[in-house]
Amino acid sequence: MLATSRTFEANARAGLGNPILQRALSLMRSGFPERRRLAVERLPEFEALRDIGKSIKDHTLEHLDFYLELFEENVVASGGQVHWARTPDEARHAVLQICRSVDAKVVTKGKSMIAEEIGLNEYLEQNGITPVETDLGEYIIQLRHEPPSHLIAPAIHLMKEQVADTFRAEHRSLDPARSLAEARQLCDEARAVLRPRFLAADVGITGANFLVAETGSCIIVTNEGNGDLTQTLPRVHIVMASLEKLVPTLEDAATLLRLLARSATGQEFSAYTTVSTGPRQPGDLDGPEQYHVVLLDNGRSALLGGEFQDMLRCIRCSACMNHCPVYAAVGGHAYGWVYSGPMGAVLTPSLIGIAEAGHLPNASTFCGQCESVCPVKIPLPKLMRHWRERQFTEKLNPPVYRAGLSLWAWVARQPALYHPLVELACRTFGWFGYRRGRFRTLPLANGWTAVRDMPAPEGRSFQSLWAERQKGGARK
Amino acid sequence: MSEARAQILAGIRRSLKRGRLESAREAELRERVAGHPRKLVPARATTLDHSSRTDLFVAMAEEVQATVAQVNSSAAVPDEVVRYLAAENLPAELIIAPDPSLDEMPWSERPLLRIRRGRADANDAVSLTPCDVAIAETGTLMLSSGAATPTTLNFLPDTHIVVVHGNQVVATYEDGWDRLRRGGRVPRAINFITGPSRTGDIEQRIELGAHGPRRLHIILVDDRQKAGDGQSK
Repeated sequence: MLATSRTFEANARAGLGNPILQRALSLMRSGFPERRRLAVERLPEFEALRDIGKSIKDHTLEHLDFYLELFEENVVASGGQVHWARTPDEARHAVLQICRSVDAKVVTKGKSMIAEEIGLNEYLEQNGITPVETDLGEYIIQLRHEPPSHLIAPAIHLMKEQVADTFRAEHRSLDPARSLAEARQLCDEARAVLRPRFLAADVGITGANFLVAETGSCIIVTNEGNGDLTQTLPRVHIVMASLEKLVPTLEDAATLLRLLARSATGQEFSAYTTVSTGPRQPGDLDGPEQYHVVLLDNGRSALLGGEFQDMLRCIRCSACMNHCPVYAAVGGHAYGWVYSGPMGAVLTPSLIGIAEAGHLPNASTFCGQCESVCPVKIPLPKLMRHWRERQFTEKLNPPVYRAGLSLWAWVARQPALYHPLVELACRTFGWFGYRRGRFRTLPLANGWTAVRDMPAPEGRSFQSLWAERQKGGARK
Repeated sequence: MSEARAQILAGIRRSLKRGRLESAREAELRERVAGHPRKLVPARATTLDHSSRTDLFVAMAEEVQATVAQVNSSAAVPDEVVRYLAAENLPAELIIAPDPSLDEMPWSERPLLRIRRGRADANDAVSLTPCDVAIAETGTLMLSSGAATPTTLNFLPDTHIVVVHGNQVVATYEDGWDRLRRGGRVPRAINFITGPSRTGDIEQRIELGAHGPRRLHIILVDDRQKAGDGQSK
């Protein structure tokens, strides 16, 4: 997928000015966070489970080479195959080889962010294979030729009227006069259109929420049941997964599963959690004859042992974007690539480079909500700050910005200069801004005030108030 | 082994600033996996006696729009199936898992019920299957694939009926893993099913029956009733 993260500012402005997107996002703001809160309240152990979830992931990452080898050993023992891919190109190629080996024409797909990451659909199409997305949201955006705008609700940027228009334009064999006014009718139509595709597919491709080293299993979590039809009906099942999806045991998976649905949709448990291990066994009446796992690195192994290793704990629940004021204002497409919200702001620069995605870690108010709801306690604001530092040291920011920061840093290191300057600024701006409480514009800072107001200071600096308070305390 | 594999593993070790783990450490990790220790398990279902645990299972399953009917014995299952199909206005046609545990039920006493045994195909509207365990924690059914329990029965038909025996109700997912490991080889597919299929992909409105079953009906064969009668005598 072609990244447009470079134009984040323009993307965000377009999002803010898009009334349909704004209506859709207002539904999200009132939906996911409230449902998560209720689910968390019902489970007194939730906080303790977050710590355990974090430690399971940390332990696995510290021994990732060992668990990957054990995973492969057990996939092979169950009759499956593992394909290692360093790059998106190797992963795409592995999938194509498997498809060609069984002369596949139609491939059904469960939801997979890895498939998005490597642009699998376009590649398969270029090679004469028809990929059919089966998750309702993914199906809708595939018809519209759009990327997903959310980790678990890929069509969250649309209202039902847009979906109805899309279905009318694409399902041309159906009665043009049919009613598509209700979500129910849209779901039924997608179900009816996709059912024969499920039955006709030669290969089924799913993602993986977890890979289990103990058994060589892949676990997927869905609500629709599309992932299950995708992996049960065709002759071949391909799992697309990145390295960090691994956990050691089924017990470890159970702990993370207790965190996942509650953090994501606020459900106690998703409708379907499926553990698949190898191909059809002797005597089985259904299931695929071949089972393949494509393991993608794409820069992840390089994140281990460094400041961004924490990001590899991510279980893709979407709680961070569901609670992010920036995401809720501009939507997922503004981020310009596969991953959005706070997790995207950290992960995207890791995968496509900070030069390409430099705006993303800056698109944050640092309110800290993302970290406080993350089920595996990823310090997302800290990681965004690391990217900002790296941008500065690699001289990727504009010269004026860099000069301003350097000047500020120099002044801040001279207390004899800094204190009187700040005190003066507080008094002056406090006096000028006294009536309004904020400034619409400021001299030399138009770039900053063009998109926000500057709150007027109270009139005194924190330092001087603090000093006064300390003195008062001592007197007592 | 492939070049990509060798390079990825070497890259991981380089990033972690170490070589391959020492064999003593690997043995330790293998032992940990073989022992698969339980982590913190929520108290919600583990602290309950069997009867309350069964009540919790029913309440949690109903909360996610499954329907639950309780009957006293296996012999009463066909009657309940007929009642349910009539109440839901569904045809009296059924594909049943070829599992011996369902053989003992008096299906022949219901001659109007047309029954097929085997895997589901596109035309089957209603399926009936057993399950491995029913998990009280979240009202979740655990079903695994096998010669007698094809996975298609759980997903292709519009209506899925599951028979649960009282002694199959357990507290947690971990209890399900334990039951599974006693069976030897891990089955190809293990399905945890919590209510009927659903989607929230259009305006976050929950609609049932996205791709899997629109209805999930649980027939709980529970002898609590009988035990209670015995005590009162």
